[in-house]
Amino acid sequence: MSGRHDFTRLLRAEWTKFRTVLGWVITMVLAAAAVVLLGLFSASGSHASCGAGPVEIDCPEPPLGPEGQAVSDKFFFVHQPLQGDGSITVRVTSMTGQIRLPDLTPGVRRVAPGVVPWAKAGVIVKDGMRQGSAYAALMVTGRHGVRMQHNYTHDVAGRPGGVSKKDPRWLRLTRSGDTLTGDESADGRRWSTVGTVRLAGLSDTVEIGLFATSPCDLLVKQGDFGGSIGQCRFTEATADFDQVSLQGRTSGDAWRQDDVGVTEAPDGAPHHPGRFERSGGTFTVTGVGDIAPHVEGESIESTLTGVLAGLVVVVVVAVLFVTAEYRRGLIRTTLLASPRRGRALAAKAVVIAAVTFVTGLAAACVVVPVGTRILRANGNYILPVSLLTEVRVVVGFAALLAAAAVLALALGALFRRGAAAVAAAIALILVPYLLATTSVLPVGAAQWLVRLTPAAGFAIQQSIPEYPYMTGHYAPSAGYYPLPPWGGLAVTCAYAAIALAAAIVLLRRRDA
Amino acid sequence: MRATIEVNDVRKRFGSTVALDGMSFTVEPGQVTGFVGPNGAGKSTTMRVILGLDAADSGSALIGGRPYRSLRSPLLHVGALLDAGALQPSRSARNHLLWLAHSQGLTAGRVDEVIERAGLGQVARRKAGGFSLGMRQRLGIAAALLGDPPVIILDEPFNGLDPDGIVWMREFLGELAGQGRAVLVSSHLMSELQDTAAHVVVVGRGRVIADTSVARLLAEVSGDRVTLRSTAPQEAARVLEQAGATVAAVDRDTLTVSGLPAERVVTLLGRYAVPFSEVTAHRATLEEAYMNLTRNAVEYRATTGQESAR
Repeated sequence: MSGRHDFTRLLRAEWTKFRTVLGWVITMVLAAAAVVLLGLFSASGSHASCGAGPVEIDCPEPPLGPEGQAVSDKFFFVHQPLQGDGSITVRVTSMTGQIRLPDLTPGVRRVAPGVVPWAKAGVIVKDGMRQGSAYAALMVTGRHGVRMQHNYTHDVAGRPGGVSKKDPRWLRLTRSGDTLTGDESADGRRWSTVGTVRLAGLSDTVEIGLFATSPCDLLVKQGDFGGSIGQCRFTEATADFDQVSLQGRTSGDAWRQDDVGVTEAPDGAPHHPGRFERSGGTFTVTGVGDIAPHVEGESIESTLTGVLAGLVVVVVVAVLFVTAEYRRGLIRTTLLASPRRGRALAAKAVVIAAVTFVTGLAAACVVVPVGTRILRANGNYILPVSLLTEVRVVVGFAALLAAAAVLALALGALFRRGAAAVAAAIALILVPYLLATTSVLPVGAAQWLVRLTPAAGFAIQQSIPEYPYMTGHYAPSAGYYPLPPWGGLAVTCAYAAIALAAAIVLLRRRDA
Repeated sequence: MRATIEVNDVRKRFGSTVALDGMSFTVEPGQVTGFVGPNGAGKSTTMRVILGLDAADSGSALIGGRPYRSLRSPLLHVGALLDAGALQPSRSARNHLLWLAHSQGLTAGRVDEVIERAGLGQVARRKAGGFSLGMRQRLGIAAALLGDPPVIILDEPFNGLDPDGIVWMREFLGELAGQGRAVLVSSHLMSELQDTAAHVVVVGRGRVIADTSVARLLAEVSGDRVTLRSTAPQEAARVLEQAGATVAAVDRDTLTVSGLPAERVVTLLGRYAVPFSEVTAHRATLEEAYMNLTRNAVEYRATTGQESAR
């Protein structure tokens, strides 16, 4: 008889064992119910509203980029239309700015000169003036050298270093069909290509020109009693351009200026406006804002707040699935039926993983769509993600529960005692997760915890990636994990696999 | 596969305690073999070694010539009842048998057959946690029979059975042996095996003390002792001693004669006209035989204990 056939029988036997203990089945259903109810409960309690002066209004939603994600698209734009192919060449001779400092006396503004690391100024080709439209830009930055970026989420590094009169940067952006090429030079003679990108479906007529923008300066402080306090203070960036030249069918020297995406104060005046001055061949552009992904808002995984409760329940059932046999001596019957002990335990692991996966999947399939709908109805903005990402979060949630269940089962087989195994599983999975995400630890320590412990698997729930070309509070407490989603899950799975292997080795060696 | 169990010089220690000290015996098909010894003699450990649950330090235990751990679908080869309490209390009797059946590729139909066979039809769908020890024993028997195996191993199956249950179990064991199966039944009470086992393996302190048929064991222990009541005990003693018997006085008119069968005693007394009122051939019970053997084992142990102390 083939080994595979044998294993199928063991799977069937273990499944029969599971489904014939009503308490376990009910507890699994309760785990799913806990995930759903806690998620819906927290979604119902989460309200958002915005005020326009004394009036409460629906919060404005950020524009969507060409790839469907929420984006910031706010900058000062000096531009003209370009029909067909063409290019723009400039020399950037300075980048300066100002950063607001924390108030010492309330109401008294203090500012200091300086630019933030991701302040940006350079040349851009944009598919129309609509916020969120496709673009490609070649720029100098506050502290990250020359970059070529396009469509909000793509970034290529060029020559590092800042700019000055003595050490200027030449930038050239060339459009050819829907292909854009960025070239840079230190002297205007020897050029090197930074990047070539394709903007699918780019209109025949695009806007081409100069821009400047500067994101707020993020300052995150660790709270005295855990938690963190974030402040994002106003900054602006000013760049000097000269040697401006255009090629192609443009309107020549007729530059238009727009403060793209500027917010308006209640009185209708622009809030923190940008500026443009021209003195002969020198263009000075000042801008506030960012051309980057927008990450303010609720993420779809915020509906999965029930994961902790679900995980605890699943861990208990998985541990009992094996320790109940030790407690009653039933393990001997199991091993009589399957003297190849490794297979017996592996079959148990497959069954508990499958049961948990289905439970988690059912719960997530309900709570993620329904929860986000409730959040939206309560005025919250849900950061849009691709269908693939949503599927990954839902399936990954189920897979995380399944991996935790296998780990718990293996611990149960190792310890042979329920209480010890449950305590160990919680200490391995939940404690590091709680320590990492409640800001009781410094960010660095928290990141190591969710890199090295089985809690790394929670990364699978992160729907909004960390953008390396954007300053942010990328801490586990803010929902950002240092490992990529599947990488994090792989860490948890590796723990489960190692624990299961150890349990199998011990089970083989020990007398039953 | 031959329906046999062969245990060859199995040794097993738990820490500093010697559990099995060269255990060797063979269980043949077609009869019930009793496996008897005081608590702690190593009966259960031997069974666990045979069933691959405990690993022997040395020696081998084979079923039909193969180690248990090498058997595919082992329950089709060996049915075992080790611990009737090894049940998930909230699982019904039928479901307990069902998962076992699934593990061996057997059907639910077979489960219902063994439930009827073990007399559990009325309670099959009740939770096993509520079962009396007797019902659990029956459920354990049903599990052992599930794969219709040629070899059956039962550890203390009479425990917790009421008198009806004991009668049922005895008949049942006889029936299984009659079908040509090898049946090994352990007990710490020899009396339970009376009229059931054809062969006994008596163990003490981890090794075999006696491995013999029940008939021979009884004959050996009974010897040829005869109890004689006579109004002339001295005369009787003289006559019988002349014929080669050993005679001991029990009281004023009662003698114990050994070395001569009862018929010969009667013939001799008749020939010499010695009056007697009663001649009783002594029949040992299995219990006595066992007590005799285990007493010896205790003495033997006491001796070896001194030797090792030296």
